[in-house]
Amino acid sequence: MRAAAAQQGWVQLVADYLSDPASWQGEGGLWQRLVEHVVLSGVAVAVAVVVAVPLGVLLGHTGRGGGLAVAVGNVGRAVPILALIALLFMLPAPFGPGDVSVVVALALFALPPLLTNTHTGMREVDRATVEAARGMGMSARQLVLRVELPLAVPLLLTGVRLAALQTVATASVAGLVAGPGLGRIVSEGFVTYTPSRYLGAALLIAVLALAVEGVLVLLQRSLDRVGRARRGSRRRAGAPPAEDGVAALGFTAP
Amino acid sequence: MLLGGLGAHARTLSEGCLVRNDWLCPEYLTSRRPELLAATWEHVWITLLSVAAGLVLALPLALLARRWRPVKALLMGGSTVVYSIPSLALIPVMVPFTGLTPWTVVVPLALYSVAVLLRNAVTGLDGVPAQVVDAARGMGFGPARLLLRVELPLAVPAILAGLRVATVSTVAMTTIGGIVGFGGLGTLLIQGQQTNFRSQVLTAAVLVVLIAVVADLLLLALQRLLVRRPRARAARAPEPLLPAEEAA
Repeated sequence: MRAAAAQQGWVQLVADYLSDPASWQGEGGLWQRLVEHVVLSGVAVAVAVVVAVPLGVLLGHTGRGGGLAVAVGNVGRAVPILALIALLFMLPAPFGPGDVSVVVALALFALPPLLTNTHTGMREVDRATVEAARGMGMSARQLVLRVELPLAVPLLLTGVRLAALQTVATASVAGLVAGPGLGRIVSEGFVTYTPSRYLGAALLIAVLALAVEGVLVLLQRSLDRVGRARRGSRRRAGAPPAEDGVAALGFTAP
Repeated sequence: MLLGGLGAHARTLSEGCLVRNDWLCPEYLTSRRPELLAATWEHVWITLLSVAAGLVLALPLALLARRWRPVKALLMGGSTVVYSIPSLALIPVMVPFTGLTPWTVVVPLALYSVAVLLRNAVTGLDGVPAQVVDAARGMGFGPARLLLRVELPLAVPAILAGLRVATVSTVAMTTIGGIVGFGGLGTLLIQGQQTNFRSQVLTAAVLVVLIAVVADLLLLALQRLLVRRPRARAARAPEPLLPAEEAA
């Protein structure tokens, strides 16, 4: 009975905190931290896409570096992002505690899912299709831009979705070492023994992650329809490539 | 007496690295040894407990999922949702239930392990060829014997692959537990960053990666041990080739 009453108390506390306009406003308020969180994640994913996709396309096209893609993924899984952010925060400028360090750390962690999925997408392209394109006299450049890359788009999009989800999740970690983002409010809540703050911000982080996942799944589905139409009915009967979240992402969400 | 004197002498010489706040500082390792060992041990047992609990939960769930389709859809969907929730959200939400105890960290980490292991266990069990199951049934194997002697052994490679992923990731994620003071080396990372203690942050970071690498190598060895056996048995015929291969 008492436990149930206590649980109810927590819920009330969080509801009060989240519905109070004062907790959203001002310096270090929920609103500011939420915007920081989303903007830094977005910039980090964009940077990672710019680096990883051309590299993945190149490696996939030449058929080299499959081992590299896997190795990058394995190393990324073993290094805790908290350690990387803490170290970057202690380095001199342009690093140090701030946005640059967070973006760099997040972008580094977004590389593996992007690189492996782009690489796999390029390698999964039917060899017969590639041979046919070569036979038609396509140059390497045409082959990449007009055959391989368009066919790799579905997996590439999966990579972007996984990277974005993971980045939104890991961005919270910066708050543990007094960095920007919603994790900061969780951290401050624990330091000041204010359960409403750490519970409220934690709830917001979970909702944000699930919302990002939901939006990206819908976006991917609508974009993939283009790819599907282009491929028409030539869809291979074989098992689809490992597009599954856990299989491709590994276990990198912190 | 002599050793103590030498120790004191060495200390005055190398103490500078703590004062200078060097990244690499042997003096840190010796002067904070108990603290470091305690944090490392905490890190290891939190990881072990979480992954073990995840494995113990995932296997029966995988069997349930295989028997009833609706359960499978529910569990797979549920594990995807759990997997999408950041640990920094799940750990604080545990506090009303478990307080500031190690369970606040272990329960979320175990849930993440379940998410990975369940998927791999279901994949592994689904991958058992139907002919093999039929043959075993034809030989008079009951459901229990079929599971223990045929299906589970054949699913071991997939389960072990999941176990490696879950373990390595859990080692890294345990650091997040530092927010409630049960993050093993993660607690040292946070404290070190707050006090600008360079050697502490670098040492803790390196130790976390080291734990992950050692755990992965141990599981790799286990994988080799368990998975090679049927292959070696099948490859009994060309045995004379093996020494030549070794020589090459």
